[in-house]
Formats: sequence, structure tokens, C-alpha cells
Amino acid sequence: MKEEVRKRGIFPNLRYDIHHNKFLILLCIPAVLWFLLFAYVPMAGLVIAFQKYNPANGIFGSEFVGLENFKFFIGSSDFFRVTFNTLFLNALFIASTMVTSIIIAIVLSELTNKYFVKVTQSVVILPHFISWTVVALLTQAFLNTDKGMINQLLVSMGTDRMNFNSNADYWPYILTIMKVWQGAGYGSIVYLAAITGMDREIYEAARVDGASRLQCIRYLTLPLLKGTAILLFIMSVGKIFNGDFGMIYAIIGNNTLLYPTTDVIDTYIYRMLMESQNIGMSSAVGLYQSLMGFAMVMITNKIAKKVSPESAIF
Amino acid sequence: MFKLNKNKIKRSFSDRITEFIFYAFITVFALACLFPFALVVTSSFADEVSLAKEGYKLIPSKWSLDAYRLLLQTKSVFNSYKVTIFITVVGTMLSMMFTSAMAYAMSVKNFRIRNGLSLFVYFTMLFSGGLVASYLLISNVLNLKDSIWVLILPSLIQPYNMLLMRNFFAGIPDSLAESAKIDGANDIRILMSIILPISLPGIATIGLFYALSYWNEWYKVLLYMNDENLYTLQYLIMKILREINYAASEAAQYDLTSGFSLLPSYSYRMATIVVTIGPIILLYPALQKYFVKGLTVGSVKG
Repeated sequence: MKEEVRKRGIFPNLRYDIHHNKFLILLCIPAVLWFLLFAYVPMAGLVIAFQKYNPANGIFGSEFVGLENFKFFIGSSDFFRVTFNTLFLNALFIASTMVTSIIIAIVLSELTNKYFVKVTQSVVILPHFISWTVVALLTQAFLNTDKGMINQLLVSMGTDRMNFNSNADYWPYILTIMKVWQGAGYGSIVYLAAITGMDREIYEAARVDGASRLQCIRYLTLPLLKGTAILLFIMSVGKIFNGDFGMIYAIIGNNTLLYPTTDVIDTYIYRMLMESQNIGMSSAVGLYQSLMGFAMVMITNKIAKKVSPESAIF
Repeated sequence: MFKLNKNKIKRSFSDRITEFIFYAFITVFALACLFPFALVVTSSFADEVSLAKEGYKLIPSKWSLDAYRLLLQTKSVFNSYKVTIFITVVGTMLSMMFTSAMAYAMSVKNFRIRNGLSLFVYFTMLFSGGLVASYLLISNVLNLKDSIWVLILPSLIQPYNMLLMRNFFAGIPDSLAESAKIDGANDIRILMSIILPISLPGIATIGLFYALSYWNEWYKVLLYMNDENLYTLQYLIMKILREINYAASEAAQYDLTSGFSLLPSYSYRMATIVVTIGPIILLYPALQKYFVKGLTVGSVKG
């Protein structure tokens, strides 16, 4: 970061504000203290990533080992697996949620029965407000080998039961379906807002000229949605190194059989910390994730600036 | 949507097919969204014997209230309800105080360090110290383990919500605050008696975002709680999910086993879900517009 520039920029201003905006500074103090304690102090704690951390000696007394933890992580087979799983799952999630969201938004905008649109919109957004723990419990109602609905159906059709809870190959797709179920309706809100914000006259003109519904969508709606779609796409790619811990831990939990395809960086860090008690290593993986994530945001933002300057985040 | 043109343009055959497909698609998707909820509700009223024999079914062959009877008699759910309501109410109030105070300051145009502060807030969204450092800070330095405040303090501020709130405030005309200032009011007064009352929709939106995240909290419980009395509802669900015999051990603990011909363990799970998501579903129709508003109010820029 441009630390020097920031400092020189802030301090004369700070002096000005202390004189003229005392009360505003007072308003900021509680939150600023919170950020320092809960966001910036842990950043300093990243030094653990370079230590052979020993709880008895604490941060200041533990042995400094340089890049040892990183070398160990990158050399292990876990490195490739968790990185690949995180990127692959997120890519599946982003692509399928985005496509479904756009389809839902277009469909809702094309329907003429206002009441129907309102009700369906409420319904498709609803799953977003349900936590993953509930979804995980629901999942078992569907996928459980004995009692699950899908297996009941399979048995009644005379086919064999599918053992979902022990076959890792199914899970990237099961998780994707859940993600779409949970997030596509909510995601469609932004696109729908973009569509309703469009100039209706263009559509009317096109209709008068004899364009069909599908042609209007193909040549008017989709191109107009491009800006919004690119922006949201870039924003989610910026977060591609962050696995959805809440979802994956709730649904997969400790089912080691499913780790080959579902173990992501976040669940790996959690296990390193809570189960293996390997604190230095866990911190190193966390730093690796933070740095990659930061780089991704910077890169995608640069691309955004090039593609459409107004959609860059900063 | 094309009312004007209806008379002028005869809807072609292909248009009608398109419309039919659209209706079909969205209906199917909406039903898929609703189906799990319906299944949960009906299974929670299912008779355990038939559930154990036939598995989960949308319309169980025999109904029963056993799951709810057990639920009412055991204390865990009731207890988790208290914890969850406490952190949701107290947490949301504190979050809103911290968030709106700083967000307002950052929205005042002649506050010179506002851009520096925005960067200070925004940077925490881009880069974090990770789980380990926060974990050690919270459990070893602040000693918050097994305290109810661990469910509130570390999640007090969500930077995204703060920037969203700043945008809400920035949309209020400056003249309002300025005229109050001329009358001698200080910034805190202005915030309390002028800005907050007219930004109620924005406050409601962000308050709901916070409330929902407190209501759905379980991650912090997983990390920091050993005390069963401080489990949140969502974590209780997690526990029920992991422990197949949860209902049995609950019933045994309160000596209720004898009251049931077959202990309602599968339906008990579903009944717990019903009471957990019940408040969200009931309040949802009234609150939905605020959620939608929060998303469409404009993107957050750093």
C-alpha cells in the first residue's frame, strides 16, 4: 500500500478535523478501536505464520522459522488438493449461480402477471435467509441412504440406492445445486433492478418493428445486462480463494470420505487449528489465502478498470 | 409489461410459447425453493414409526405431535432460543450504534479524514489476519471463550454494512445538517435528532442484515463455546445433525423416554428446524422489501 502517501495525506487533515470536527471524531472512535482490535491486531498476528508456534511461549517467545511452514504446506499433497477444490468449487458456484440468476431476472421481467411475479420473486429469494446448518439437515432428508427422499424414489423405481455420503464424486455437483437453490433467487434481484431501470421505449420500438420476445431478450436485454454481469463476475472472481466455510463445514462436516473433492482452504485451516493444533502451519495457510485473495482483487479490479472504468471498485 | 403495444401487435405464436416456457420455468424453480420447507413442516408432524419405515415423505401416512411434545419438554431448544434472541437483539443494537456513528462521520463532506477512514475500513475487507490470529486473540488474550459476548463483540461491525450505511447517509441533502449547525447543534445531536429519523428505511435494511447474521450465528459457537447453555439455535441444529441419537439422549436426560412408543428422532430433527426458521419465515413477507432495497441501493465503493 502507499503507506507514505497516506500518512502525509492524513495528518494535516487530522489536525484540521481535531479542531473543527471534534464530534465527528468522537463518533468514529468506538468503531475505529473495534477495527484496530479485531481486524488490524490479527494482521500483526500473521507473524505466527513464520514461527514454530508454541502456546507456552506465545507470539513473542516462539522460534522463528522463516518460510518453513510455507515450504511444508506447498510440498504436501494437501496444497494442490485444497487449492484446486477451492477454485473449482467456487468456479462452479459462480458460473451456475450467475447464469441462473440472469435467467430468473429475465423471466421475471418478461412475465405480465404482476401479482404472480411478486409472489414468485418472494419465494425464490427465501432460501437465501436460511442458514447452512438448516440446509445441511435438510440435505440429509433428501440424500440419506435409508430414509432419504431420493433413495426412496430410486427404490420405488426398482433401482439400487445411491450412497451419497460415501461417494466424493457427486459432491461438487450436489453443492453447486444447493448453492444455486440458495443464492440464485437473491442474486437475480440486482439483475432485475438493472432490467427495470432500462429504457422501456427501446423495447416498444423493437416490438413495433416486429421483433419477437426472444429477439428482444437476445438483442436488447442481454447486451444491456452485460455491464452488471461483468462487474458482479469480477467481484466474485476476486473472492475465488475464499472457500465457503459455513456451507462446506455444515454440510460435509467430518465426513473424511468426501474430503477429496470438498476440502477447501478454509476447512483445511480450521482443521489444522482445531484438530491438529498445528498453529504455525494453519496461520501460514491463512496468509497464503489472504495474499492470493488480495492479489485476485487487485488483478480483477485492474481488469474492471479496463473493461468498464465506472465498474471498478476503487 | 407491454400493455401499450398489446392492441397494436398481435402476439405471435412463438411469443406465446416463449411466455409459456417462462411461466413453466419460474414455477418449477419456485416450487423447488418451497419444496424443502414443505417437507420439513410435514415431516415434523409425521408419526415416527411410519417415518422410520417409509423415510421422508411429503405427505406422511400417519400424523403425530410427538416431536413437538418432546421438543416442549426438553430444555435445549428453549434455552438456545433465549441465547439467540439475546445476541440478536443486543448485538443488532450495538452493531447499529457503532456502525451508524462512524458511517455518518464518513458521510460528512467537510470531514477531511473521511477518505482515509474509508480506506481504513475497506482494507479490512481485502485482507485479513486469518482465523488463527483472531482465534488466539479472542481465546487467549481477551479471554472471551465460553462468554456470551464472544458471539457479539467479534462480529460487531461488518465493514460492508458500514460502507453501505455511509452511502445511505451521503444521499441525504447537506442543507439539513447545515441549517441545524447554524442553529448551534453539534454533530452528535444532528445525527440523533435529524439524520437518524429520516434514514429509517436505510437503518431498517442494515439492521436486518445484522439481525439475520446474529440469528444465523453458529461459527463462533463452534470455535469458542464449550458451555451447552450458550449454544445458539443454529449450533443446536448442527449438533442434532452430527449426533444421530440426539433426540434419544435429550429424552433420557429429562427422563421422558417412557412417554413415547417410539422416540421421535427423525421428526424431532425436522421440528427443531421448524421452530428455528419459523420466525424468519413469519417475518419475511413484511421485511422482504428492505432486503431488496439494501441490494439495489447502489454498489459500495471504497
